[in-house]
Amino acid sequence: MKYFFYCLISVVLFSACKENKKQTVQLPSDSIFYLTSQWKNQNGDSLQLKALQGKTLAVVMIYTTCKAACPILVSKMKSIEAKIDKKNIKDVSLVLVSIDPTTDTPEKLKEFSITNKMNDPQWVFLTSNDAATQEFANVLSMKYKKISPLDFSHSNIISVFNPLGELVSQEEGTIDVDKVVNTINETVKKNK
Amino acid sequence: MKINIFLIITVFTLLLYACNNQQKIDSKEINIANSTTPNNSIPLTVKMVYIPGGEYKPFYGSDSTLVKVPAFLLDERAVTNQEFLAFIKLNPAWRKSVIKRIYADTSYLNNWVNDTTLPKDAKLDAPITNISWFAAKAFAKSIGKRLPTLDEWEYVAMADKTTANARSKPTYSNEILDLYLQKNRQYNAVKQSAPNYWGVYNMFDLIWEWTDDFNSVLTTGDSRSGQYDDKNLFCAASATSATDIMNYAAFMRFALRGSVKANFAIANLGFRCAKDTLILNK
Repeated sequence: MKYFFYCLISVVLFSACKENKKQTVQLPSDSIFYLTSQWKNQNGDSLQLKALQGKTLAVVMIYTTCKAACPILVSKMKSIEAKIDKKNIKDVSLVLVSIDPTTDTPEKLKEFSITNKMNDPQWVFLTSNDAATQEFANVLSMKYKKISPLDFSHSNIISVFNPLGELVSQEEGTIDVDKVVNTINETVKKNK
Repeated sequence: MKINIFLIITVFTLLLYACNNQQKIDSKEINIANSTTPNNSIPLTVKMVYIPGGEYKPFYGSDSTLVKVPAFLLDERAVTNQEFLAFIKLNPAWRKSVIKRIYADTSYLNNWVNDTTLPKDAKLDAPITNISWFAAKAFAKSIGKRLPTLDEWEYVAMADKTTANARSKPTYSNEILDLYLQKNRQYNAVKQSAPNYWGVYNMFDLIWEWTDDFNSVLTTGDSRSGQYDDKNLFCAASATSATDIMNYAAFMRFALRGSVKANFAIANLGFRCAKDTLILNK
């Protein structure tokens, strides 16, 4: 009985070890999951980008008080979401990162997600601080500049990352929704 | 029987140890990526110069509006090979053999003999180049400094040897352009030429310099697309106007900033550090 008990514990420990190893899959050198900045999602949970590991990501940077380009970007993200193969949606996260962390609190983002009917689990809204935002914008090679307390000018880019955080493609300017959708579906398929 | 129990316990302990060890390595791996240990071991001989705040008209921006630049401290010269080597020795995560590509491309320190050896014939007091924006930022952070903002840098760049704002002098832009044309100037030692009005050295004659918000230059939607959607800058209409003769040299700097990415490492692109100051008027 005693031995059985020890054995059991050993097995449990062993499996714990295994799981541990599984989580530390070697990330490619250019993975965004190496970034150590702290973010908050629309529910107020603190997280690092590596929490998004394991799913294909469509990422865009916006700010919620934007009246010009962002509503278009947001609607593009929504049509991308609507066009992704239904069987793939559980393997996809659509991530909207705020470039205005001062204004875009988690509560603000939550409100925004409800108003825009983006409250399914595949929608992730992120906000952090100026330094993390700047770093992330630079990882996406995205240009932005604060032009007044409530206004930013910025480049319009939707980026697709594979489940290991590697950039697969970027669409910018007038974004071709179908192209992004194809990339997402293919990336999901490749990583199954 | 007893041996058996002993064996089981040993295995048990070993497993536990292995598990812990594994975790330790993991957390280490995660932390080193962006970590820089604050320390005083980098030979900090650089003097910081107090730059009183002021307003200036940016070469590029919302046309005629003046931009306020609060007072700040700026390194009198660029960060040198010697200083960056010391940083590398203290922060192994930034060595070229282990650096993640997300932080620096393959040109990162590519002229170094190995992880901790400067290029052959490199002067210790020549500016460090071939480093990415991420590396420059990490260096600055490790010594309690930061990179200067684009506005701060350009504000200091308005000075010549005798005046704080030399933009209206006809000789000014030409002198800078002459300096920009010299080849391999990044291999020269710092502080060999005369300082400017503020006592700041080598703003133009050795290297291009990273600024903290270099990515605020919205010259193009994306540098790779080749679509220059901002005619204000790329038509260079203002660059030819006689009202601001400095523009062509500034134009070159802005074109560079608009075309680089944060993980680029370039042979003549280095940096100097800045710091906030509480002194408003000296």
